[in-house]
Amino acid sequence: MKENLYNYILGIADNSLILGQRIGELCGHGPSLETDIACTNISLDLLGQVRSYFQYAAKIAGDERTEDDIAMLRKERDYKNVLLVEQPNSNFAYTIGRQFLFDVYHLTFLAELQKSTDLTLSAIANKCIKEVSYHERFSSDWVKRLGDGTVESKEKMQEAINDLWTYTDELFHQTKADKAMVLESVGVDVTKLKGDYYKRVKDLLEEATLKIPESKWFQKGGKEGVHTEHLGYLLSDLQYMQRTYPNMEW
Amino acid sequence: MSKKNWPLWEIFVRSKNGLEHRHFGSLHAADAEMALENARDVYTRRNEGVSIWVTESKHITASNPKNNGELFEPAQDKVYRHPTFYDLPDEVKHM
Repeated sequence: MKENLYNYILGIADNSLILGQRIGELCGHGPSLETDIACTNISLDLLGQVRSYFQYAAKIAGDERTEDDIAMLRKERDYKNVLLVEQPNSNFAYTIGRQFLFDVYHLTFLAELQKSTDLTLSAIANKCIKEVSYHERFSSDWVKRLGDGTVESKEKMQEAINDLWTYTDELFHQTKADKAMVLESVGVDVTKLKGDYYKRVKDLLEEATLKIPESKWFQKGGKEGVHTEHLGYLLSDLQYMQRTYPNMEW
Repeated sequence: MSKKNWPLWEIFVRSKNGLEHRHFGSLHAADAEMALENARDVYTRRNEGVSIWVTESKHITASNPKNNGELFEPAQDKVYRHPTFYDLPDEVKHM
């Protein structure tokens, strides 16, 4: 089995899986009917993307493993998502801030992944990028609305950006699988995306009349499987059905 | 929490090129741009449309049902105003 390629795909897919599950929590609980549906749509887009990645990963694994096993039956330490996407929906500003900080990354990442020499990955990227362009439009729009909105909305949006900022640097860390895949021109060199990412984020925060956080201290660990305390609770929701009724299908 | 509702918008969707925009429903949004995005999420998520129009509901002037008698009933017995005396070729659709 191509170990590095397998791990590389999981690294990409886990971000979408965990964020999809997280934002999906708002189904029926969004701040308004319209934003509720918008968040649920984004969740479904992400989970749809995840299926393409995991089907490919299962094919590479070449054993009994199915896409469902990969999605549902790993232990916490085996999930390789960045810490940013597992952060809770503390309030709508956090939901939007998390989405925005990830979407800007996701969009630049997919634009590069389209150039992958791995034709399956480039095809998946090609399909996902339209959906993600809309996600980025939606979340950027809301950052501007809340940032440049009322005194209360500005305060909450600023607080969310400040708190989530510490998780942004990890997006540009490389795992062993990342480095190996970059050498084979399959993977994206995320270190090269960093400058463009922070420029786009800062431009939009300025437009939203928000302050750019000054903190230079960043959290990391998700890509190596070391997560914040929030992931365990999320996984117990995500995995409940498969753990309780093993091999169930519907 | 103060409950200030966003204004209501009417949503018109064109299902495919060549057809007219049709009224699909209404939703709440803070401004026109948000109304477009909300309409995209609420009404076109199952591939229903290729174009969306939005207008704030307050800009629509509606006829009063109380006046239905004078407005519409006089047309009921004027069957000669319907172009039903022509044979339409099958190729003409959407008439």
